Amino acid sequence: MAIAFKQETFRDDFSYRNSPENIRRFPFPFDRDEYMYSVNMEPHVKGQKGTVFESLIDVDEHYIAEMHDRALVLRDDPLRYQALPHMMTAQWDTLELLMEEQAAGYPEHFTLIRNGDRWRWINRPLGIDDTFTFGDTATLPYEPLEYITRQAQGDFCIVDQRDGNLWMDAGMVTTQADWSLDFDIGMNFMEWHGPVPLAHQAGVFDRALKFLLNLQQGKPTRRFNWTMTINPRLDTSPENYPKWGADRATVTPENVGEKVHLRVELQSLWRLPRSNAILFVIRCYLMNMNELVTVPKWARRFPRVLRTLPPELIDYKGLTRYRQTTIDWLSKFDDGAPTSPGPFPD
Amino acid sequence: MSGGIEIPVRVTQVTPVAHRIKRFRFERLDGGPMPYFSGGAHIIVSMNDNGHVRRNAYSLMSPPYDCSAYEISVLHVEDSRGGSSFMHEKVREGDEMRVSHPVNLFQPDWRGRKHLLIAGGIGITPFIAMMEQFSREGAHFELHYAVRTRDRGAYCEDLVARYGPHRVKIYCDAEDNRIPVARLLDSQPLGTHLYVCGPAGMIDGVLKAGLEAGWPEQNLHSERFLSSQPGKPFSIELTRSGKTIHVGHHESMLEAIEAAGIDVPFLCRGGACGQCETMVTVCDGKLLHNDVYLSDEEKASGRKVMLCVSRFEGNALHLDL
Repeated sequence: MAIAFKQETFRDDFSYRNSPENIRRFPFPFDRDEYMYSVNMEPHVKGQKGTVFESLIDVDEHYIAEMHDRALVLRDDPLRYQALPHMMTAQWDTLELLMEEQAAGYPEHFTLIRNGDRWRWINRPLGIDDTFTFGDTATLPYEPLEYITRQAQGDFCIVDQRDGNLWMDAGMVTTQADWSLDFDIGMNFMEWHGPVPLAHQAGVFDRALKFLLNLQQGKPTRRFNWTMTINPRLDTSPENYPKWGADRATVTPENVGEKVHLRVELQSLWRLPRSNAILFVIRCYLMNMNELVTVPKWARRFPRVLRTLPPELIDYKGLTRYRQTTIDWLSKFDDGAPTSPGPFPD
Repeated sequence: MSGGIEIPVRVTQVTPVAHRIKRFRFERLDGGPMPYFSGGAHIIVSMNDNGHVRRNAYSLMSPPYDCSAYEISVLHVEDSRGGSSFMHEKVREGDEMRVSHPVNLFQPDWRGRKHLLIAGGIGITPFIAMMEQFSREGAHFELHYAVRTRDRGAYCEDLVARYGPHRVKIYCDAEDNRIPVARLLDSQPLGTHLYVCGPAGMIDGVLKAGLEAGWPEQNLHSERFLSSQPGKPFSIELTRSGKTIHVGHHESMLEAIEAAGIDVPFLCRGGACGQCETMVTVCDGKLLHNDVYLSDEEKASGRKVMLCVSRFEGNALHLDL
């Protein structure tokens, strides 16, 4: 079924909203009433219709608006896209993966026709119909990674594998929760995770790295991460901190429902075939508290999760200023009834 | 199976290529494309030998961008535990087999300004796919390939013809012609990466010479085709599943445990990837560590063992499985 794409903004007047159908498919990440870090990885396999797992690369009603916002970010700051020279094969791998998955998941919107190395890509929502030679960068208007990630929701990092580590050597990052590709480019797995509290001591990153080094072709894996964002702003980057940092002081009991958003990242990791690199997809979903409480189970569970957060995580996620106000507001919707297991709506 | 998704294939060609070496071509039973792969990758071939499943790792040597088929070359090992004998003696064109998705534990460093490849004997196979990829992507490379005798050297003439004598040099033991390792190491441009695959002695010698010549460790890469070595039979207790497993003379612990119906993760079956690392709960005897994954301290601690290649001698070995 064709998706009804919305016209909306992630800046200025912040007109981004989720339709009722899109709320039901929101990837609510909490399967119980409390939260703690873990190596919460599971196979990235297709799930039920009406969930974000319907296709392995999810396209939803915000597609056109998100691609427009990405173009605005890149116009102001081209370094949000970077790729080191040795990553060209991995760039082509990524282009193939995103085209194949989008075309397979949404044939009414995307079509890929392969004739040897001569490929034709049709992206109807964005009005693109390009023919190019796979492997020949001169036949595309951008480098392959930039070309395809201007047409795919989520941030994308390609990590190279060598010396028993993973290296952040290419990426398109414009919808990030306060981290910078320009700062992290060239870093290894331990270095770019350096600022994360608690998890290092728990050995989480040692185990995660070991797991990812053996990630297999044909067996992508996924995990969730989450934080909160004030206003539906996709680009909460360190570079733009002056534009959004102060928003956190604007939350009042009256505007929680509208302003406070749960921000969920569905992270999927894919072993790429020709380069043996790993593609790290960080797909961001935003939902405000008014929308969240339309699902009674989530309305009960989310304030309980927020109450159990360790202080280090509250600080790291930047929730300090408005967490209590949000809990107070949400608690009106929590009648104390038990919640069913698992993250999905009842 | 914990080693990944298997692809059902048909053996469409078996070609003798040199003394005791045959090439096998696998095409998908469903006629679909094989996954693309990167040079240096291997697959695990599952062999059904009268109900007894053997699984061996073989480097892919077909062009990485050709998804019509996979090709491997198999040396019939003198004291084969069964894998290479099975491939040579039992496998015929038309047979159905299963292969894993590709896994690459010998990936080229794509930053390399030049790739210096050193092969010994059947160690040539991963380099054949790598050179296809280097050549297609315009990377600078050079192969130095040592064979015992001309009739044992697989693909010597093909490779010289394909890439030219300036990029492919053959050295024949029988003609007293050896790879001038020291001179090669001394004369490479900055940013060169070296890759060596062949007999253990050759790998050790080249890596040692590289370090002594002042090469950064990160620029020296190797792949050993370790396989489980035969040894004295022994028994193991699996503490979680409560089973006692007998490991035969020609069997690895991993194979014996799989034969008992217990699923254990694996990828390389050659002591390199770390997937089958297992905690030892009781060890009254001596662990014979044959892997290159565990550190010397971990081996000495006796707390961990790699099931695919290591063995045990003594009274009792209990594993956390």
